[in-house]
Order: sequence, then C-alpha cells, then structure tokens
Amino acid sequence: MGRKLLALSLLALLSIAAFLLLGTRGNWEFALTFRAGKLIALICVAIAVAVATVVFQTLCANRILTPSIMGFDTLYALFQTLLVFLLGCLGYAGLNAELKFLLELLLLGGGAFLLFGLLLGEGAQDLFRMLLAGVIFGILFRSVGNLLQRLIDPNEFAVVQGALFASFNSVNTGLLRMAVPMVVLSTALVWWRRHRLDVLALGRNHAISLGLNHRGELFFFLSIVSILVAVSTALVGPVAFFGLLISAAAHEVLRTHRHSLILVAASLLAIIALVGGQAVFERVLGMAGTLGLVVEFLGGLVFLAMIFKRGMA
Amino acid sequence: MIEIDNVSFRHGVAPVLQDVTLLLPKGGLTALVGPNGAGKSTLFSLMARLLKLQSGEIRFDGMDVATTTSMELARKIAILRQDTHVTARLTVRDLIGFGRFPHHRGRPGPDDEEMIEKGLELFELSGLSERYIDELSGGQRQRALVAMAYVQDTDYLLLDEPLNNLDMHFARTLMKQLRYLADRYGKTIVVVLHDINYAAAYADRIVALKDGRLSAQGTPEEIMTADCLGALFDMEIVIETVRGRRIALHHAG
Repeated sequence: MGRKLLALSLLALLSIAAFLLLGTRGNWEFALTFRAGKLIALICVAIAVAVATVVFQTLCANRILTPSIMGFDTLYALFQTLLVFLLGCLGYAGLNAELKFLLELLLLGGGAFLLFGLLLGEGAQDLFRMLLAGVIFGILFRSVGNLLQRLIDPNEFAVVQGALFASFNSVNTGLLRMAVPMVVLSTALVWWRRHRLDVLALGRNHAISLGLNHRGELFFFLSIVSILVAVSTALVGPVAFFGLLISAAAHEVLRTHRHSLILVAASLLAIIALVGGQAVFERVLGMAGTLGLVVEFLGGLVFLAMIFKRGMA
Repeated sequence: MIEIDNVSFRHGVAPVLQDVTLLLPKGGLTALVGPNGAGKSTLFSLMARLLKLQSGEIRFDGMDVATTTSMELARKIAILRQDTHVTARLTVRDLIGFGRFPHHRGRPGPDDEEMIEKGLELFELSGLSERYIDELSGGQRQRALVAMAYVQDTDYLLLDEPLNNLDMHFARTLMKQLRYLADRYGKTIVVVLHDINYAAAYADRIVALKDGRLSAQGTPEEIMTADCLGALFDMEIVIETVRGRRIALHHAG
C-alpha cells in the first residue's frame, strides 16, 4: 500500500517536472512563472475532480455515478448560453472573469443547496430521489440551453461551443486566487472527516447504528462535492468521465476501503493524468490533439467496461 | 430499561403502529414476534432510530432516541437490520472493526484490537478474519455482522430477523451466543423472530404484535398456548410438549 502510494507520488512529481521543464527555451524565469500558474490550475482541477468523485461515489454506494448526474454541468452550460444570448459575443468576451467565476460558483452552489435542502429528508430512499430530480433538472437545463443556442446567430453559437468543451489548454489562471483557497479548504474538510466516509460506505443503516447523523453527513459531504465541481467546472469547463476514470483507477490500484488512502491515490492519479497528459500533448505532440478529448474517451471506455462487467457478474 | 410510550406510526394514511406502549426491563432476551405486516420491523426501526418517530417516545435507560445524539446512542445500543448488504470491499476483520467506531472515532487503540479479537473468537470467525466479505456465504456474513454489533460493546443489542440466512446449525449457534451474551454480560437483547419455536426456546420474554397493536406479552410458557398463538396468527396451531419444551406445530396442520 505504502509502496504504491510512493510510486504514485514519484510519478506525479515526474509529471510536474516534465510539465515545467520539457522544451523550455529562452527566458526561464518567464517560462516557469507562466507554466507554474497553469500547473497550479491543473493540480487544482485534478484534486477537485478526484476528491469530488470519490466522495460522491461513496455517498451513493455506486462506482459508475459521477457528480455530473446532479445536473451541474448542464446548469453551467445553460448559464454560458444565457450569457452569450443576453450579452452577445463581445459582451461575453468582455466579461470580468472573476465576476463571472463568482457568479458561476454562486449559481452552482445555490442550485446544489436548493436540491439538497428541499429533497434530502430523513428517509432511506431520499438520496436517490434527489439524484433523480438532478437528472430531470439536467434534462430541463439542457433543453432550454439547446433552445437558446438555436435562437442565437452562428457566430455566437461558435463562442458558446468553445466555452462548453473542457479545455485544459486555456485555463484562466487569473481565477486561481479564488479557486485555490476553495479547493484547499474543501479537501481539508474532507480529510478531517475521512474516517466518517469509511463508515458511510457501509450504507445508511450501519452508519446510523455506528453513531453518525446520516442526513447531516450527506448534506455536509454533498455540499463539499458541489463546491469542488463548481470550481473545476468554472476553471476548465465540464468534465464528465475524468472523475470516473480516476476513481476507478484508484480503487483498482489500492483495493482498500480506507478513504485516507483512496483520496490520496485518486488525487495523485488525477495529477499524473492531467499534468503529465498536458505535458505530453503540449510539448511532445505539439498540440496535435487535446487532452480533454482523450481523457473523456478513456473515461467513456472505462465506464462501458464497468457497466458490462456488472452485467456479467 | 427500554420504555416505549404511546408510539404510533403511519405510512401515508395507513396506520402501521397504533399506541404501542411497552416496558422492557434491563437484561434478558426479548423476542418480538407476530404475523407479516404486524409492524415488528417498523417498531424495530423506530427503536433503532432508522425511522423518525411520528408520535410517542422511546427511551433507553432514560435516553430519548429523538433527542440524544446518534453518537451517544451508538455507545448504548447496537443494531442489525435484516436487509443490510455491504458493498464496500472489506475483510471480516475490517468489518468487525467498524463496530468500534463509536468508541475510537477513526483512531483505534489496543483495547479496540483486543475487543475485535474477542469478537472473532466468540463468533468462530478467527479462521476467516482476512477473507473479503463478498467471498463469504450468507451465513458467514451474517455472523460477521452480528460480531460487529457485539464489538460495539453496548448495553442493548437489537437484531431484526438475524436467523434469516442461517441454516439450522448456525441459527442454533447464533441463538445460543445471544443467550450467552445476555447471561454472561447482562446485555439486553431484543430480537425480531419469525419462528415462534426459536423464540420459545431462547427468549425470556415474548412480545407479540398484531395489526400494529401490542397483542400479547409474557414468558414463553404464557405465550406458547394454542389459544394465544391461534389468535395471533389467525390459524389453528397445535402445541405439543416434547422433552419438556413447548413446540408449536405450525408447519403442517
């Protein structure tokens, strides 16, 4: 166990070194500062997605769900479409990035609190009722977004589309001042209560029997998940299968129930995939492909594999 | 002492429990019996705080389940539901170790390890301690779950149909172990049971529910009569005495 985590840490460090140093020419100071900002953003996203997915899957006792089922991505997409619809291309491009980021956080956070607050009661089935409500809201948001996209002119549509693909190339490093503290604080809170996650993984009855306030814990952890999802979505756009890929890999590598280990492994794996992957795509392949595409493709394959494996078992 | 005061419960408009008032003294093994739909599992879930009380009160040694924190209650009562399946990948030792969570909150010490060893030994799981629970038979898993409730080391132990997955051998062993816990450690044990003969053979008290109401309570001798059981289950039941034990011949009539 310790050896595996050590190996993952080394790989993560290697990815970071590769990202910072590969193909650096000219002024080192400029290159490193430029890359360091981007590096921090990628690490932020990696940890946010990894922790959010692992925690969410534990709460749902289901390894093929990701937080995106709650409809956050579609809400984000609707918001971008709405902004372009109301402000036009130029207005959208000229928006203050920090203000937009805060608005997105407020919107996604507010949506999450409404969803949990209204639908998460004392009952045993409430979590799934809430998830279903999330799915339905997701469809609603997507349909409204599609309608708006049909109404705007094709140039504006191209702008919307650009905003909706996860992009690791054009991370907005100006947002890090807000994003980093939020990710640090959220993961610290999860880490502080990591033993409770182990107990929650046993299911509702056992968690209550072992002295947890089940509804309170769900609310606590889901709130953190929604903050992490909101941060990562606002930084790079929606990523659907990346978290699934990372969580599946972490569980596969470690085969343990202890979240202290799984959370660390998932975060390291996510850093390796994002930072290492981005280094390869930017420096070695010369931007010939996009990491987002590959990650989603692999994640999709893992998702299918998990579903088929389940079907067989 | 368990005090159940005027507890009523309804699902939607259908009443499941109506004004159940019951006093169970400390110590001993109580069997909760009754026909399907009598409200046994609902009463169990209310006692175990898995369901929220709608009206009435339930207290364990004066601790009100509605107002006491879950963590405090977890050191007073351990519960085991019938339909618990654990999806996490755990070894038997890990699973049993979770029973200590209310005491160590994630940081187990030497006395926790000691208690886990005792649990493994008492429920004959020492040989299986490193096996993963998804590789166990239903009966072995059931024993591991009971062992987990045992190491929680509480005064009260509530079990909902623990014999469900067990064959004759392990059903008898489990009932004997519960009897032993009650006799040796003075634990108060409440078991929801389907088979009236198991209740008669091992319980100190039998509490019978019917249609959401308390229908009868007493010692096995008082309950194991043709009249009482006949009224409870709405069928004719012959009671025979074999080797000093009353047996209900309910399976064929």
